Amino acid sequence: MTPLAASAPLAKLALLATSGVANASDWAVYGVGTALAVAGALGVVSLRNPVHCALSLVTTLFGVALLFIDEGADFLAAVQVIVYAGAIVILFLFVIMLLGVDRKEAVTQGKLRSLVPLGIAVGIGIVVELLVLSRSSHWATGQKATSGALSGPGENVQKLGQTIFTRYLLPFEVTSALLVVAVVAAVVLVRRSSGPGPAQRQAAARQGLPQPAPSAQASAVPSAPAAAPAEVLAGAPAAEGERP
Amino acid sequence: MTIFAGTAGPGCTISNLVTSEAKVSGLCTAKGSLSIPVEYRSIAPVLILGVAALVLLVLSATLPKRRYPGLWAGLTALAGIATTVDGIVQWANLDNPANTALTVGGQVLYDHFSAFFAILFGCATTLGAAISDSYLSREALDGPEPYVLMLACSAGAVLMAEAAGLITLFLGLEVLSISLYTMTAYHRRRAASGEAGLKYFILGSFSSAVFIYGAALVYGATGSTQYFEIFQFLTGTVVVHDGVLLAGMALLVAGLGFKVAAVPFHFWAPDVYQGAPTPFVGYMAAVAKAAGFAGLLRALMLALPTQVSSWRPAIWVLAVASVLVGSVMALVQADLKRLLAYSSISQAGYVLIGLQAGTQAGWSAASFYLFTYLFMVVGTFAVVGLTQGRGEVRNDLGSIRGLGQRNPWLAGGMLVLLLAQAGVPLTSGFLGKWLVISAVIGKGQYELALIGMVGAAIAAFAYLRVALLMYVPAAPTPARPGQPRGEGGGEPAVAPTGPGAPSGLAEVAGDLEALATAGLGATATAVALRAPSTARLRVPRATAAAIAVCVAFTVFAGVSTPVLSLAHSIGLTWSL
Repeated sequence: MTPLAASAPLAKLALLATSGVANASDWAVYGVGTALAVAGALGVVSLRNPVHCALSLVTTLFGVALLFIDEGADFLAAVQVIVYAGAIVILFLFVIMLLGVDRKEAVTQGKLRSLVPLGIAVGIGIVVELLVLSRSSHWATGQKATSGALSGPGENVQKLGQTIFTRYLLPFEVTSALLVVAVVAAVVLVRRSSGPGPAQRQAAARQGLPQPAPSAQASAVPSAPAAAPAEVLAGAPAAEGERP
Repeated sequence: MTIFAGTAGPGCTISNLVTSEAKVSGLCTAKGSLSIPVEYRSIAPVLILGVAALVLLVLSATLPKRRYPGLWAGLTALAGIATTVDGIVQWANLDNPANTALTVGGQVLYDHFSAFFAILFGCATTLGAAISDSYLSREALDGPEPYVLMLACSAGAVLMAEAAGLITLFLGLEVLSISLYTMTAYHRRRAASGEAGLKYFILGSFSSAVFIYGAALVYGATGSTQYFEIFQFLTGTVVVHDGVLLAGMALLVAGLGFKVAAVPFHFWAPDVYQGAPTPFVGYMAAVAKAAGFAGLLRALMLALPTQVSSWRPAIWVLAVASVLVGSVMALVQADLKRLLAYSSISQAGYVLIGLQAGTQAGWSAASFYLFTYLFMVVGTFAVVGLTQGRGEVRNDLGSIRGLGQRNPWLAGGMLVLLLAQAGVPLTSGFLGKWLVISAVIGKGQYELALIGMVGAAIAAFAYLRVALLMYVPAAPTPARPGQPRGEGGGEPAVAPTGPGAPSGLAEVAGDLEALATAGLGATATAVALRAPSTARLRVPRATAAAIAVCVAFTVFAGVSTPVLSLAHSIGLTWSL
């Protein structure tokens, strides 16, 4: 998050410095956005409770979304809120809840303590790198990526929508196929570990017993990641052949 | 520009392309007009395979819950045959050059290359389903799911071959990869299978991320993800600061290099090949390699031909490393599936040799190689699946020992397939290696040709050892005075069945055994060469037919020219 959170304000600064136009409302939105982003980022690294850290991350993401709107990147702002704040942070929270919400961990104690200087050094390095890159103009091949379908005047949400459903229609549809394949793959892997074997199913069918409901199989989903390595460990030594 | 010379049809000139491209972008910018040409003929193979996967899913949900022996494999094989036929029809339709303009929003290319790979993946699906059926019922794993995944995998592979841009290529790659991860982990009662699936998944996801990072950098450097637009930009622009472009190309090659198991991106291959269900390994080795190379060929030859001086050295290194490491490591393996894994790494090196030539001869040779390798590898793994026994208890070299006695026909077929992989004349494997090497000789790269031939000679020893082992009798040979036996004393004595072998024959067998075990360590030999039972090996009908087809094709493509001329007329043309 740090590079993403930091790059937008920097780009904004560079823009303001070069154009010299300091619109008051622009400044206000920019100030609020950066304040939210920085405050959230500080919260993520300083708060004790992991749930509070995750919620601070949401604040940061909202601040960056605000900056995106300020830049005219409406679609990115919406994606930022929906995907990052809406889905990924919720996933973080799921993991935190599963691992135990009561655990308090401080980076200044234990094994992580030696990593603090490294973290600070990397952070400073990234800031310096971004400053250098924003100063230099020809570090790519010379052509900016803004020559794509989204450049020029007009709303980018509309343009993006039109591009996805015309030119990129096939990749869009293939994405849905990809999701179907992923669902099938997940069901295959999960069901094999907990569901009855074919022979048992056949026996159950012969006796007229009710089949195991799909929901019962689906309930095994959260335990699957834990079950897979355990099974690997519990099994017989996997490879007796020579390993290079 | 020279890359199109002689291959582009009359209706497929650059000016034609520019107008059709402008038409597509114009549609995107025009307000309110949301229609694009959707030519279903251009994506018909993908549709056939994808719809077949959905049909299998729906059938499995609606049919009464009981076992349907052969139904799922049969439907899958049918879809594979339909795809093959559709590929042939596509090829025939391409005689009319107007058809090369068929596309879906400019995202797929409709040309001989696409049709060729549609035929290839159709054959792979048919053969894969035919050899999987008996394995899955033997292991009590049968059901529609693996076939759904196989069909989805083939659909992704076809999409990779016909992609006209990096986005479509990536989506095809992901569909293929996710199916393969799951197929690898499908044997849930075997711990090795789950472990291999996990390993493949983690490393594969990493390589996908590397690929998409490369695609993003190439986009950043050129302003497009479409091959044609990248090519246009690079021909019209002198790239001075090309760091981003070079990094993007390197990451693209690394991402696809992982899929084809080229050294140094090969570390997953032996473990995954060893752990995955054996028939799926055969299918995977053929399809993942062909799809990865199809994508790599398209990306390098269509989008980045102007940068050939940048990517050729990288491909050169990958090719040499793959040929040498694959061949040498295959020599010291005591596990049959690991041996074949290293052999497939070495075979990938030969395709890379053809690829780095960057000429029409080079990609024709690479395509021919991939097509013939499909039949060799599927047939080989089908035989391994039969000899390993229920539960995959024996995957070591000894499991194949005495196959000549247990089933002479099967051993004969395996012999042909092994000789073909070693590159013996009168087989398709020889022709493939010869084409690849003559392509680089055509470029004046004699050192690479020499390395290729040396690698083939090294690998031949590994194949011949397996071939010899098949004809070492399964019954223990009497120890001759003065010659220490390779086997440990702990081996359970196997009572010789049938008439006792004459002593002269036994001596020959002892020599064969000594030759076959050369190079293996003492412990490895003791473990690896325990003979399996001498009971006659029964071959299920579908598997027998598949192996017969593989063997017949390997000989047919090695002694006659139709497949060769097919591969020769593959043109990587613009047909947006």
